[in-house]
Amino acid sequence: MASSPKIIVIGGGLAGLSAVIKIAEMGGHVDLFSIVPVKRSHSVCAQGGINAAKNLKGEGDSTWKHFDDTIYGGDFLANQPPVKAMCEAAPGIIDLLDRMGVPFNRTPEGLLDFRRFGGTLYNRTAFAGATTGQQLLYALDEQVRRYESEGKVKKYEHWEFLSAVLDSNKICRGICAMDLRSMEVRTFPADAIIIATGGNGAIFGKSTNSVVCTGSAQSALYQQGCFYGNGEFIQVHPTCIPGEDKLRLMSESARGEGGRVWVPKTPGDNRDPLSIPQSERWYFLEEWYPKYGNLVPRDIATRAIFKVVFEHNLGIDGKPMVYLDLTHIDPKILDRKLEGILEIYEKFVGDDPRKVPMKIFPGMHYTMGGLWIDFNQATNIPGIYAAGECEYQYHGANRLGANSLVSCIFGGFVAGPAAVQYARNLQTAPGNGHFDAERKHQEENNSMLMKSDGKENPFRLWQEFGELMTANCTVIRYNNKLKETDSKLCEMLERFRHINLNDRTQWANTSVVFTRQLYNMLQLGRVIAQGAAMRNESRGAHYKPDFPERDDKNWLKTTKAYFAPDADEPKFEFEAVDISLIPPRPRKYDAVK
Amino acid sequence: MANTKTVILKIKRQDNPNAKSHWEEFELAWHPGMNVISSMMEIARNPVTRDGKATTPITYDSNCLEEVCGSCAMLINGRARMACSALIDKLEQPIRLEPFTKFPVIRDLAVDRSVLFENLKTVKAWVPIDGTYDLGSGPRISPEEQEAAYPLSRCISCCCCMEACPQFNDDTGFVGAATISQVRLFNTHPTGAALKRERLAALIGDGGIQECGYAQNCVEVCPKDIPLTQSISEVGGEVIRQAVGDLFRK
Ligand SMILES: Cc1cc2nc3c(=O)[nH]c(=O)nc-3n(C[C@H](O)[C@H](O)[C@H](O)COP(=O)(O)OP(=O)(O)OC[C@H]3O[C@@H](n4cnc5c(N)ncnc54)[C@H](O)[C@@H]3O)c2cc1C
Ligand code: SF4
Ligand code: SF4
Ligand code: FES
Repeated sequence: MASSPKIIVIGGGLAGLSAVIKIAEMGGHVDLFSIVPVKRSHSVCAQGGINAAKNLKGEGDSTWKHFDDTIYGGDFLANQPPVKAMCEAAPGIIDLLDRMGVPFNRTPEGLLDFRRFGGTLYNRTAFAGATTGQQLLYALDEQVRRYESEGKVKKYEHWEFLSAVLDSNKICRGICAMDLRSMEVRTFPADAIIIATGGNGAIFGKSTNSVVCTGSAQSALYQQGCFYGNGEFIQVHPTCIPGEDKLRLMSESARGEGGRVWVPKTPGDNRDPLSIPQSERWYFLEEWYPKYGNLVPRDIATRAIFKVVFEHNLGIDGKPMVYLDLTHIDPKILDRKLEGILEIYEKFVGDDPRKVPMKIFPGMHYTMGGLWIDFNQATNIPGIYAAGECEYQYHGANRLGANSLVSCIFGGFVAGPAAVQYARNLQTAPGNGHFDAERKHQEENNSMLMKSDGKENPFRLWQEFGELMTANCTVIRYNNKLKETDSKLCEMLERFRHINLNDRTQWANTSVVFTRQLYNMLQLGRVIAQGAAMRNESRGAHYKPDFPERDDKNWLKTTKAYFAPDADEPKFEFEAVDISLIPPRPRKYDAVK
Repeated sequence: MANTKTVILKIKRQDNPNAKSHWEEFELAWHPGMNVISSMMEIARNPVTRDGKATTPITYDSNCLEEVCGSCAMLINGRARMACSALIDKLEQPIRLEPFTKFPVIRDLAVDRSVLFENLKTVKAWVPIDGTYDLGSGPRISPEEQEAAYPLSRCISCCCCMEACPQFNDDTGFVGAATISQVRLFNTHPTGAALKRERLAALIGDGGIQECGYAQNCVEVCPKDIPLTQSISEVGGEVIRQAVGDLFRK
């Protein structure tokens, strides 16, 4: 193979950019594809921070404790060796980001400051105000821009990955992508490709994710033969601000800095919250989980809020909402540490959270599931790697706050060199015909959509789909509802054949682009619904009242979905979890672990 | 506005970079919490104009929907701002949406703003680290220095400051306030300062910092309240000092 490997990276969030930097540093050449200019990737939304056990607060924290918290928080579903490697690498990653110029908050001595996040008892989260993701992404973006100006990286922004190009031996030889302006479909050869396309919030209609987080690329690859791991594990974040177009997140850092969750003790109490005396407030998280208090993991906090709202009927104004209260904290401290998120609340709700308690409710936030990869970030198709939220490796059944950013960067740092290594040993392809064939296949998909003249509006279908998924495949799951969901998804896939595009122009046609993504979302929706239906236990974010206990005997297993093209549906197999380092123990946050 | 039952939007549309633009009007049922993007999502679900004609969904850029990605900049009632944080209840109706005027239109409200990313290359807006291998922690930085750098680092590359600037046009070739402010950010970083001379040199001459007429429009529109005029005067002073110093060294 050529001495300078050519790698295609798809996605320019933290994971993609991390991979790009490593490849360029190793002398490889990168073509970087992204729907949005990489600086506008979803990673900019991350607010609270990034975890690393640097133990700068004299608390006796260690990378092993970070590892243990992560495995325990994930309810023992994550393979342990890669998680351990990530936690060991985390302090070095923070140092590197610091050297790149990330304006992390500082202690008076000029060292990095750390705060506490959910699911741990240590101050382990480094942060840059309340826009940590933005600051990290910019630092990596700047380094990539430097490589770009040296000619080592070529960016294809406003391009969408459609599919991988596989040769007759089912080895990946490149990609097929579409220019989102000219709508041209083109293939690009590469020695290896890295998928770093982020989350899939759009499957749930409204979520805390950005608009382009559809999971479409992951789904396309699943339909081409990649395994999809643990798809049923979806994180619902306890504290979101419901909105017309999206659910905006109120970061866990609000609780990390002392924010308290409460409801009035009497149903229907509609007094001004500030006039309700302490004795008439119910700080239910603090009462139920005295040790972790407001900082229990997200699945626990979310279910607690559901219980208070739906079983005790204590939602504010009779609506599914509870208070997240910061008003007891010095506004100066709030501004220094949380300004970015307070601003979001102010801008989008119109109230000042320094003065009035915020009204929040759980919302879809993150997918623990994703493309199945091995410990080298390789999928089961040779030449395809994955890193970041689009893969399943690091968070088990529930992700701890501030662990995603570190898993994205770590995953990229593993995937980049692994892809280069693979490329250096790659044999040449048995022919070139597969490029043309794939391009024609994708062009046909486009022209079919352009010609289709049914009645279904794709955006309305999406809304219906999202509501269905949110109702049945999030916090509380019942088998009959899950099965019903899957058959409704089949109906929607059928209705998809009668889609009406409204827009048939060949230039910057966002309807075609979205409609293609919608198809892939529907296919992935089935993986989530069926995976959830199969798993008869409760573990982390996956909760079934009919099977309330974790069942290690039958379900300490990774779900691997694969697409059966002849049947046009998912099939499943299961794989033992690597628990070689920490023996599973019951997960209980109401007691010392 | 809150008591009107409908929302009226007038949107300037253009099919492609070479097409002529035209206006379309839409009327939507009012409900609480609407913003400009959510309104355009509604139009996509039912793409019909106010006078009942079927049309196409609007093309616009967006991603985060919480004013941190910088995608959705446009002119809203004539002002350069982010659409996702433009709450309908706070806007005068009919609400006029237009694409930026100083950037090439792609389609409808989407424009090509890649010039800013090119400018960032020209001024080497990065910290020149030796490599990503483990070299220990970064330089000590006091909380005061962090508090000065952080606001500058929040620039979302939306280009509102450039759209609003009277000096930013084809004649001057002016780089614009955002780039100058990034120069200040990187020049004040202990490691970033290594490239200070090169950055300042890139701002000398035509299209450089001298083009700024201190009209302050930039500061007024910046959605992230970045102290742009302060950046401009600080960097401007350094550019002059460097230029004068170079003159004497010759
Ligand atoms: C509001 C919010 C706050 C969060 N806060 C935190 C936090 O404080 N700490 C933490 O650890 N985690 C946090 N998270 C989670 C974390 O932000 C994400 O998991 C992480 O940023 C994902 O990064 P990524 O690199 O995998 O993908 P992304 O940043 O989503 O990037 C995906 C990239 O892929 C591109 N792309 C997607 N599909 C295609 C395609 N088909 N073709 C071409 N390009 C494509 C996109 O353009 C983009 O460049 C938060 C998440 C949200 C929603
Ligand atoms: S001060 Fe005025 S001239 Fe200078 S950059 Fe700002 S808007 Fe433009
Ligand atoms: S300086 Fe402000 S207005 Fe200009 S690009 Fe940055 S955020 Fe936008
Ligand atoms: S969509 Fe990101 S700033 Fe508006």
